Amino acid sequence: MPVVLLRSPLRDLAGGNRSLQLPGSTVGQVLRALESTWPKTTGWVLDERGAVRQHVNVFVNGERASADVSVAEGDRLHVLPSITGGSR
Amino acid sequence: MKELLVGTRKGLFVLRGDTPEPFEIVTRAFAGDVVEYAMRDPRSGRYFASVTSGFYGPRLMWCDDPSGEWEHADTLAMPTDTDATIERIWVVRVGEAPDQLWAGVDPAALFESRDGGRTWELNRGLWNQPSRSEWNPGNGGLCLHSISTWPGDPQRISLGISAVGTWHTIDGGETWTPGTKGLVPRYMPEELRETTTALCVHNLWRPPSMPERMFLQFHGGVYRSDDAGSTWIDIAAGLPSDFGFPIVGDPADPDSAFVIPMNADVDRVTVDGKLRVYETRDAGASWTARTAGLPQDDVYLTVLREAFDRDGEGDTMGLWFGATSGEVFGSMDAGATWFTAAPRLAPVTSVRVA
Repeated sequence: MPVVLLRSPLRDLAGGNRSLQLPGSTVGQVLRALESTWPKTTGWVLDERGAVRQHVNVFVNGERASADVSVAEGDRLHVLPSITGGSR
Repeated sequence: MKELLVGTRKGLFVLRGDTPEPFEIVTRAFAGDVVEYAMRDPRSGRYFASVTSGFYGPRLMWCDDPSGEWEHADTLAMPTDTDATIERIWVVRVGEAPDQLWAGVDPAALFESRDGGRTWELNRGLWNQPSRSEWNPGNGGLCLHSISTWPGDPQRISLGISAVGTWHTIDGGETWTPGTKGLVPRYMPEELRETTTALCVHNLWRPPSMPERMFLQFHGGVYRSDDAGSTWIDIAAGLPSDFGFPIVGDPADPDSAFVIPMNADVDRVTVDGKLRVYETRDAGASWTARTAGLPQDDVYLTVLREAFDRDGEGDTMGLWFGATSGEVFGSMDAGATWFTAAPRLAPVTSVRVA
């Protein structure tokens, strides 16, 4: 399974886990699995339409990725706040 | 003891005090996030906060103790069939039915909770308005910011939407009708003012003892309706400017309203460098500046639409407002005198008495 790497505050919402192995064959599916496993993360990374929020970056093995990008066994998904967010 | 919930661009501040001097900050929550709005349901004692992370988006949080852990009301989200996303949760209002709450969000959507705020459902009557495709946002987005219930009648509700005017239901939200006759959008060409739907309502106040009456702060204009929002009468004569955001009133006096004028839409600061709350006690026929205790020299503040609230009524009514420069001002005598309740918070987005 792909591995999702989390920082605060997402890590706190996911039971304090820095990394989680989660099922899914796309970034979106893996992040939906994160929400299913840790419901407090619901809506934080993906919006209602299933897209990665504008000011969140997801990197797959170092490459920035959208929700529809395919992932495979052992891929590493970093979920990070974007430097463009928080402007207010 | 008064408790104020002050939403700011950098978290929620809970202030407490009982004398006209700076209140104590007893809690700060959601540090770093924008708290657009916070309120307490007096029936349940439950607190609600609309929180927008610059990274992780908007969410409605609730708790029974603001210094404790908050829960995410994650059903306040656009259903997938709408192909829409919530940009901001503007307001939460107590409904007239038991355990009922209403929430107004951008994009001009209304949500209802029937279990005290734990779960929420989109109001489809408003969402499916045939004219929706013609609706245009104001500067703050396509925001449903004002929800006025009708005391004792859960079937009757009025809404203010920027920039789509006022909307009214008499069947609990199944159907909605606009109420815009008399509103004059000076920001539109003259030939379009009669027909445009781009009506930028800023805030509504409905006196509970005369619910067919409503007061409205417009994007350039202050109005009164005596027919439950169908038609509107200009009552701005006597104000130094008819631009502003919030409007509140004294529940004991249906002829009363309070506004905080700002220069104009192109210069959203207090007029003439003075901080003045204007009061009418004759339904808008005349206005009186209430300034005692408020700074009057070189004051250029902005007070946003949810940053003005009241508690109680009559001569001891409390009035409370905050500015984007971080001050919170209060009055415990219906505006006769004022004091600074908080001098240096983050930019204030909302003020509500708990």
